[in-house]
Amino acid sequence: MAGNVKFDLNHPLMEAGLESPIDEEGAHESFRQLIAEQSQNGGPSDAFELQDLQRQLDEEERDNVAYLLGPGHELSQFKGRRQRETEWEDPETQADPLMGERWSSATMKILSSMPSRTIGRNRGAIISQYYNRTMQLRRRRQSRPAIRDFSRSARPSIRGYGIEADCTDAEVSKRDRLLNNLQNLSVSDRIQMLRAMPLNVSEKSELRRLALQKEKHTLSRRIPCCSQLKYYIIIGARQSWYSWLSFLHALHLWQVPLKRVSGRFGSGVLSYFQFLQILLFFNLFLFLVTGAFIVLPQALHPPEPPAEKPSFTGLELLTGVGYFSDTVMYYGHYCNYTLRKSCREDGGVHNVSLSNGIRPDCVSKLSYIMPLAYFFTIGVSFFITCIILVYSMSKSFGQSFRVDKSHSILAIKAFCSWDFKVIKKTSVKLMSENICTQLKELLAEVGHKQVKNTQCQRLGRLMVHSLAWAICIGSTTACVLAIYYCSHDMHQNLKLNLLRGPRNPLLIEARLLALPVLVSLINLLLPGLFNLAAWMEDYESPSVRTYVSIGRNLMLKVSVLGVLCFHWLGRVAADPKSIGLKCWESFVGQELYRFLLMDFIFTILDTLFGEFLWRLFSEKVLKRRRKPVFDIARNVLELIYGQTLAWLGVLFSPLLPAVQIFKLLLLFYIKMSSVMMNCQAPMKPYRVSQMTTVFITLLCFPSFLGASVCVTYTMWSINPSSSCGPFRGLKTMFQAGKLWVEELEKDNPNLSWLAQAHSFLVENPLFLFVGAAIFLIVIYFQSQVVDGQRKIISLLQEQIKNEGDDKKFLITRLQTIHEQKRTPARRLASQNSNC
Amino acid sequence: MGNKQTTFTDEQLEAFQDCTFFTRKEILRLHGRYRELAPHLVPLDYTNSPDIRVPPTLIVTMPELKENPFRDRIVETFSEDGLGNLSFNDFVDMFSAFCETSPRELKTIYAFKIYDFNRDSFICKEDLRRTLNKLTKGELTPEEVSLVCDKSIEEADLDGDHKLSFTDFENMVSKAPDFLSNFHIRI
Repeated sequence: MAGNVKFDLNHPLMEAGLESPIDEEGAHESFRQLIAEQSQNGGPSDAFELQDLQRQLDEEERDNVAYLLGPGHELSQFKGRRQRETEWEDPETQADPLMGERWSSATMKILSSMPSRTIGRNRGAIISQYYNRTMQLRRRRQSRPAIRDFSRSARPSIRGYGIEADCTDAEVSKRDRLLNNLQNLSVSDRIQMLRAMPLNVSEKSELRRLALQKEKHTLSRRIPCCSQLKYYIIIGARQSWYSWLSFLHALHLWQVPLKRVSGRFGSGVLSYFQFLQILLFFNLFLFLVTGAFIVLPQALHPPEPPAEKPSFTGLELLTGVGYFSDTVMYYGHYCNYTLRKSCREDGGVHNVSLSNGIRPDCVSKLSYIMPLAYFFTIGVSFFITCIILVYSMSKSFGQSFRVDKSHSILAIKAFCSWDFKVIKKTSVKLMSENICTQLKELLAEVGHKQVKNTQCQRLGRLMVHSLAWAICIGSTTACVLAIYYCSHDMHQNLKLNLLRGPRNPLLIEARLLALPVLVSLINLLLPGLFNLAAWMEDYESPSVRTYVSIGRNLMLKVSVLGVLCFHWLGRVAADPKSIGLKCWESFVGQELYRFLLMDFIFTILDTLFGEFLWRLFSEKVLKRRRKPVFDIARNVLELIYGQTLAWLGVLFSPLLPAVQIFKLLLLFYIKMSSVMMNCQAPMKPYRVSQMTTVFITLLCFPSFLGASVCVTYTMWSINPSSSCGPFRGLKTMFQAGKLWVEELEKDNPNLSWLAQAHSFLVENPLFLFVGAAIFLIVIYFQSQVVDGQRKIISLLQEQIKNEGDDKKFLITRLQTIHEQKRTPARRLASQNSNC
Repeated sequence: MGNKQTTFTDEQLEAFQDCTFFTRKEILRLHGRYRELAPHLVPLDYTNSPDIRVPPTLIVTMPELKENPFRDRIVETFSEDGLGNLSFNDFVDMFSAFCETSPRELKTIYAFKIYDFNRDSFICKEDLRRTLNKLTKGELTPEEVSLVCDKSIEEADLDGDHKLSFTDFENMVSKAPDFLSNFHIRI
């Protein structure tokens, strides 16, 4: 037999382990010690119970070979042998190869204390795992102990090298070592470690208390007071950070409604409202920045009012002209000179234009160059918005991106698909049904082979797809052309009005609403047409259907916005005099205000008709029991469209973010009540994190990028109006910055390097090309890294499989050897007893 | 910070703040919710950390857990005695693990414990069968359930022992981006 077995039985270690094969007690004694060691760290562990069992077995003087049922599995039922025998017959256990073997109780004990079985169960295992982690974290943070903290007995070669040397007491248990590590981490790291430990809160607070206690003791020994001061400062900072977090949490809007929505509809519909919150945050930020730096200074130093000011009629709220046209709301109101606090006794505000010099008898300290402020505020706020967007996009992408394409669909569906947020009974029932349906579909997919479509079927499907796409593209083109001609028509009308003279000013104002109404109508009706076209198509999976629908809607909105931007920047801005505009920027700002408002009104109408009336109709007339489903993708795209308009309009109307905030607040409550009353949870599976990533990407790429390209183009190439606004008299808005730098240089010749750097960086296109090239190279490298990681993952999976095979092999071998050693001993014992 | 509350000492609240993902206000609110479950049992004053445990029959009456098919397992997992009697520490622990800011790893560990019905540190076919029955509330036929169990274990098992160890489970969950948002209870 020795020849078959691969390991060396005569090896001294093996001899030591199975010292006296005759003496069974000896073999079990060593295992008992092992278990005792493991049990020291925690309360009664499962292995301990097995130890009791072993004592019972030994008392009966029989080495009962028990089936491996797993430690902790109904151990309280291990009362008699008969019970055990009935459990041996359990057909379930026969199926499992590892469990079907006859293990001795010794092997069972070893198996029960294997690390893979003690994860999360055994406190000792958790503590040692977190000891390793804190050690790694300390190494990374390099919080090595100071050399003077070493005792003199530390060997000189390890002084200051290994961190292990700072704990010279060799018998310190793992827990004390963990405490030591915790104490040496920074406060935030310690808190992070504590929070992530899967231990009970009482144990964690005990660890924390001990760690802090130790820290206090070591602190009191420290002599230099500056480090103690630093400690107190850190504690104080942490306290204020906590109170700031509490304050933010209290401010956190809409916790209760969000909980109601998530309780009834789950994470999908919740993500729409969370997206709304994100947009609200962006607009709030824009509003605060523009309000503080542009609107407020101008409001405090108003220019001379014009000769005649139109009175307030109700139409202003819709059209944005009339009473509002010469207020801080629009670009035209802002002055192009430096605002200065007067230095004369009468207290009047003295305005000096850029081109004139400073009056010699006026030396003031507070000056605010309006054009520069306008230009830089818009630029900086766009830049910061860009950074925040890209950051949240990459974070969301990181959370939802999985390197390995999913193979374990069924398992994921079984374990990760239950939404724990849903608490309403009917919604829970619905979710159960959905999961059931999805599991059945997956089983059908997994069970059957893919049915190969015949050529005919494939051709048929292709034709249907192309027909649907033709309908969608055709209708989009038709609508875009309609908008183009309508805007052209309006343009001509305005020209005619200028020639003939105004007939009815109110009617003319109302006619300005025609284009926004047309666009909003298109935005409302065309997605319905797209849905109809998609209904006749047949897609492989629901996610493909969702993506195609989003793609078509996006195409519509991008083309509509494109033609509108062409109309404003290409037609109106190019020749404002022909339609009698003194201030084309204000006109564009007013247009955007009208568009935003019409969009809001039509969304409310859509909610009313699309959801409320449709529910009544389907309940009363069609007698359907199910309410309409809330279309998350379509609603989110509407939000993105509105936000694009707001971003386009900030340059021309600095108060537009405030209008958008107001609109979003109202929209939240309207949509919330509509959803609760009229809709039901979506029936199709909705991948929340993937969809959220897609929406934030859409917010960043077509939406924000498009808006910033338009704004940049306006600032860079278009002539501002010569008689209004902060950039009057300049060739482009961009020149404000240049002129200021030139003035600085004039005043202070030492700063000429700044002017040169400015002109080089900003006017040289090479800088932009180099920046873009670096960006692309970085992206390419990252994609290569991801590919490499995929390969490593498949290699590791193979290795894990091999390790599993090794484990099985070793266990069976050990078992065989142990039995072989035992059998001659038993024969000997029985022979002795017989004699 | 300026609230005059007598439920906890400042030190206790700080310990809670450092060891869980809740702020002071949330801890106090949680105490209110805990007390609502058994007002005669739970005292208002927790400064001397009384050893009070609320039985599971009262805990599963909470609206957040009432309709959850795994409510019994959740409460058992977080209880110290394994039977579902939760002290306030266990209660806070439970909702902290299900919190939005709780990290993926912590949620994975507790999810594994919840789905491990027989507590043998492995999710065997029987555990999975019971999970599926709770998920679908008996809508699937036993053959379908068995088929799903077999295929799931086949998909997710890496080391070939025909049951899911924690490593297998963790690997499978890491491929599910929705796990974090689904394994979340709002309190």
